[in-house]
Amino acid sequence: MAEVVSLTEAIAELIHDGDAVALEGFTHLIPMAAGHEIIRQGRRDLTLIRMTPDLIYDQMIGAGCARRLVFSWGGNPGVGSLHRFRDAVENQWPHALELEEHTHAGMANRYVAGASRLPFAVVRGYAGSDHIHHGAPNVSTVTCPFTGEVLTAVAALRPDVAIAHTQRADRQGNVQLWGIAGIQREALLAAERTLVTVEEIVDTLEPRPGASIIPGWVLSYVCEVPGGALPSYAMGYYARDNDYYVQWDSISRHRDSFMQWLNANVLDLQGTA
Amino acid sequence: MNVSLLSQPLVDRDEYMTVAAARSLHDHSVCFVGIGMPSTAANLAKRLHAPNLVLIYESGVIGAKPTVLPLSIGDEELAVTADSIVSVPEIFNYWLQAHRVDVGFLGAAQLDRYANINTTVIGDYDHPRVRLPGAGGAPQIATGCGEVLIIVRQSRRTFVEHLDFVTSVGQRRGDADRAALGLAGRGPVRVVTDLGILEPDPDTGELVLTSVHPGVEVSEVLEATGWTLRVSPDLAVTEEPTAEERDTLRALKMAGSTRPHD
Repeated sequence: MAEVVSLTEAIAELIHDGDAVALEGFTHLIPMAAGHEIIRQGRRDLTLIRMTPDLIYDQMIGAGCARRLVFSWGGNPGVGSLHRFRDAVENQWPHALELEEHTHAGMANRYVAGASRLPFAVVRGYAGSDHIHHGAPNVSTVTCPFTGEVLTAVAALRPDVAIAHTQRADRQGNVQLWGIAGIQREALLAAERTLVTVEEIVDTLEPRPGASIIPGWVLSYVCEVPGGALPSYAMGYYARDNDYYVQWDSISRHRDSFMQWLNANVLDLQGTA
Repeated sequence: MNVSLLSQPLVDRDEYMTVAAARSLHDHSVCFVGIGMPSTAANLAKRLHAPNLVLIYESGVIGAKPTVLPLSIGDEELAVTADSIVSVPEIFNYWLQAHRVDVGFLGAAQLDRYANINTTVIGDYDHPRVRLPGAGGAPQIATGCGEVLIIVRQSRRTFVEHLDFVTSVGQRRGDADRAALGLAGRGPVRVVTDLGILEPDPDTGELVLTSVHPGVEVSEVLEATGWTLRVSPDLAVTEEPTAEERDTLRALKMAGSTRPHD
């Protein structure tokens, strides 16, 4: 049964230096506040896993949390580059970053295999792409025992920790999510330990069209963190701050302006989580 | 709304590109839309000749009808106007891989003469000069859709002889064409640029210049291409955008005013 605790406690309990950690949320419901708490607690040498690294991993990479990145699209959606990610890959700042690179379909199916406790998943669409070589050792081929067709096999993804943000939870730690659901259910069910931050904790989860519930008994921790997905959005709570995504381009472009931002907006907020 | 800009009669080259790309989409077809210029063109088509075009975004949004252009593939505007929202594994497995999509609509950082696309890296993979975002959904869009449409501005930096990384396969890799690679779908059938339109030779898969936009000289297109570009003997001039196409595009772009580029 999920324990309802503070974000500071949850991150301290769950995340250790060197862990493989997935913070998921596909444009919608990105667990930004949890990422900031990981930065504040000074975690190092993490393998960061995420389909779309987005601003949150740009920040964690720039802050020096990551040794390795497992991903499928590393840009600022609709804006351009992730400059901290690029600086790490192109100039090893603040230190070198190993890459393991997949396609979205490959990553999504790796989580499905992990959630299913299968060793791998099967996908098409890698033939002719250099991606067949760059997801090594986690991309290979397999021959279908029924038809003889050669297909791409992608290894299961089993993060040590998965973190998601949803709209609501009840006091038993059952969490409710609606709108674009991305890959969060698969990531949570693939991981050893889990955390879901929510906009609010309520007495009763009222049914809502299109909403799904993840039962508290498969989760480790639930934390109430209002605004925890900003500047991404939480449908029913607040809109995506598109202007912020545009501003991030200039904040993150240079190391000085990034460090200034990091100090003022993350590190100096110690103990507020 | 900026009225002076709306009434400006001259059409710029990006507008030729977006209108020509929009015209390539047919009503009632199902289109898997990349963010940026593909999304602008697809939404333009939906407002003009293709009101029943089904827009699918890789965030799991099926049948989106956005009233303003989205900044990302998962904007709330796409979710609230959608026929259905499904998970990311479902959109890639049950919809894209299951060949339920007619047209994949992609952008590119670089492409070669066979319309192979690089969105991963410029320079050596391990020591890149420029690290680009990577694949996202593109490799499976390029192979899972009935056909592929590419929209990209044309320059020697973009249209290159040799790709440092083939992210998404086009018509041919070396000796292997799509059939030899075991790929379903026709692959890229049209590349629309700010200078003209390129289409693959049906036999070799090599891109051929089939249309230039009004005011563009063929020599300029050749100059903006990093290989010796073939020109169709039946070279056409792209039809001028109608006033309706032009004004609808301008209104669409002005309404989506948070967009930083394209």
